[in-house]
Amino acid sequence: MTTDLTTRLGKIVGSRFVSGEAEERYLYSMDPGTMPAAAPDAVVMPANTDEVQLIVQLANELKVPIVPMGAGLVLSGLTRALKGGIIVDMKRMNHIIEVNPISRYAVVEGGASQGMLKAYLKKHYPQLKHSMPDAPPIATMAGNVCIHGSGHLSVLGGSHSDMLTGMEVVLPFGEVIKTGSCSVSGKWFGRSPLPDLSGLFVGWAGTTGIVTKLGIKLFPNYKHNDVLIFVAEDADLMPEIISQLTSTQVAEGMTPWMSPKPAWAKGFLHINIAYGAHTKKELTFKRNLLQASVREHIDRKIAGFLPLPPPQKGRFLQIPSPDLARFADLRKGGGFEYVGAMMAIEHFPEAYRTGLEIAEKFNVAYSLGARIIGAGHCMMFFFAYAFNRADAEDVKRASDALEATNAAALKIGGIPWKAEQPAQQQIIDKMDSGTFSLMNRIRSVLDPNQVMNPGNWEI
Amino acid sequence: MNCETIDCLMKCQYLSFADIAEAREEKLKINDGKDSRVLEQCLTCYACQEYCPYDNNPFYLLVERQEEKGILPAPKPIIEEQLRMMAPKGRITKQAVSGPVVDMCAFPMLTGCVRGKLFEGASTIVGMDVFCNIMWLHFAKNSTIRQRVPQMIDNIMSFYLADSGTNELVCFHDECYGTYTSVADAYGVEVPFKPIHQFDYINQRLNDLADAVKPINAKIVYQRPCSNRLVPRTDQVLDEIFEKIRAQRVPRKYDRENALCCGGVPRAHQRDELADELVEKNIKDMLSVGATYCVFNCPFCMATLGQEVAEQGLMPILVSDLVQIALGE
Repeated sequence: MTTDLTTRLGKIVGSRFVSGEAEERYLYSMDPGTMPAAAPDAVVMPANTDEVQLIVQLANELKVPIVPMGAGLVLSGLTRALKGGIIVDMKRMNHIIEVNPISRYAVVEGGASQGMLKAYLKKHYPQLKHSMPDAPPIATMAGNVCIHGSGHLSVLGGSHSDMLTGMEVVLPFGEVIKTGSCSVSGKWFGRSPLPDLSGLFVGWAGTTGIVTKLGIKLFPNYKHNDVLIFVAEDADLMPEIISQLTSTQVAEGMTPWMSPKPAWAKGFLHINIAYGAHTKKELTFKRNLLQASVREHIDRKIAGFLPLPPPQKGRFLQIPSPDLARFADLRKGGGFEYVGAMMAIEHFPEAYRTGLEIAEKFNVAYSLGARIIGAGHCMMFFFAYAFNRADAEDVKRASDALEATNAAALKIGGIPWKAEQPAQQQIIDKMDSGTFSLMNRIRSVLDPNQVMNPGNWEI
Repeated sequence: MNCETIDCLMKCQYLSFADIAEAREEKLKINDGKDSRVLEQCLTCYACQEYCPYDNNPFYLLVERQEEKGILPAPKPIIEEQLRMMAPKGRITKQAVSGPVVDMCAFPMLTGCVRGKLFEGASTIVGMDVFCNIMWLHFAKNSTIRQRVPQMIDNIMSFYLADSGTNELVCFHDECYGTYTSVADAYGVEVPFKPIHQFDYINQRLNDLADAVKPINAKIVYQRPCSNRLVPRTDQVLDEIFEKIRAQRVPRKYDRENALCCGGVPRAHQRDELADELVEKNIKDMLSVGATYCVFNCPFCMATLGQEVAEQGLMPILVSDLVQIALGE
């Protein structure tokens, strides 16, 4: 069957861009996280929407599962072929199709990477930028939007799915559809005022279609940029501090972090606050607003801004941040995964304490933190664990810690983000039954042959 | 109190007193261990040490009182976290050094400055295990100075100088020299080696290298750091250095005894708007005299002001680097 499958896929994309060989099947069977391997029968790299459409039609004809994949960096195993079939690697569809500098959006193909868009904007539209996740630059924009990712402009613009302005999608049965303004107008400016069909493809773990194009919002790229680091000792203060800092609405990104490494940081709660401005005067004004918002804590001497001379700020202004990558290599062996749980800001203290307890219980190397979404509307609180992939016991410890963290996050009132298969089960267990029923009805309509990334969002 | 001038407070650039009577009253409160607004508002610029005509230690006493009373110049987490950052790491190992041994304190990024004919044959020592710890004067942590400085001195001796055949330590930074002279003297800490201020070292080397000097022939402005207040004699040595390399230290309002804080410490004290004002005053003053170089000896001052200075068209440079230019290096 594999030979037949690869032969037929080869006729669609060319033989160079399909493989059923053991090496490729092995490489595509896992991501850098803790989820066990699940190998596909074949891997294919389409070059355009037509080829994606033909691949999906073939999968339906053969009743073979199909798994869309960007860079495969989700860490929670969402691009593993849980029931075999075809992994559709989108990396060849990496073109920047359009940049609209006035309405500030870009239209890119489904495999275009964060790094490519950043480089393209720097060269052609230096006055613009997009929100980058703290992921390797090869991470795709479509993948990140589809998992409700977030990035360094998420205080300014919300989660990356909030920055989505429209999509072109190949549905599970092979039809090509558009969502958002591009479905009516030639412009990709937004999702209103139409029924918001983009929601059919965001957060679904690739079970409802393959995104071949998407529009995303762009933002002003400031000439002057700065970062402040606020430091506190009392976790119970953090919701109020975050609320106060975001109330100024001048920060572009805010990332609390709590880590035992370096040793001087252990026990302190930090918030990196990034902001920018067109002029120095405006930058100073924004800084003053931020500082004034938390002045009461400063005056009580219980929290304050870490003094950072200008040369020391560069590291904290790097996009994407190198700190998570450093942490990922804390335990030699390169294993790294985290539970990111979306939750209300007021759960910060409980999430922090829970993270410390779990790290101690499972004896895992940890880093805790959060990314604030919107003007303090919610946060993605992360519990990150590093492990040595070559050490089975270490992997098991991290995996157990992740499972316990998912359960704890749900108990707190959070929802595991880009949940791996076991965490999806935990979410479904807690989900309103009507909601899950509707999800199943939508999927049965869109995907009658159940070919799209099966094994996800299922009981 | 017999002091007639109360210069320590009357000359302060950051606090105002209605008259000498008020200054005297505040000073008496400090001396007597009572509450004083000075303890709350002090910028910790060290200048009162220099202003005192009797060579007393008004600044050390002030910091002592701040700590006794639990008056924190900066928020507690900021102080506590920095205390940990700058703590001795215990990673020091014995290293063979030979004279001149240059103490680079906590500035490993500056060890490259110790090069060429100026520092021929020099060894450097650097790191948190030899950090002079004088910075805690800015944070009401005299106790940390008392605790850590003897350990640093012991580290310098036992890991470096004891087997080196030299008893001299060239202090690259005013802070180290101030610690091993002024602070050690005031706090009763024994210093078994001979601290040499970088300016004294450079001045002597320029005598040896006089033939190699190519005059700079440029106007410079100097940003005098707070820690030089502890060792004002060395400011005259700096003049001799500038004279030898033909760098004209242009008089400006905020130099010498009237030097103005670079703004770095007020930022740590969460007084950014004051820091902005100090930066602006300093730079405006520098620009008004038409200099080419802005010369620093304090790495922290340079980190704080350097970028702004450069953006305004002045070249920020350390004293040692300026001298090395004059030596054709």
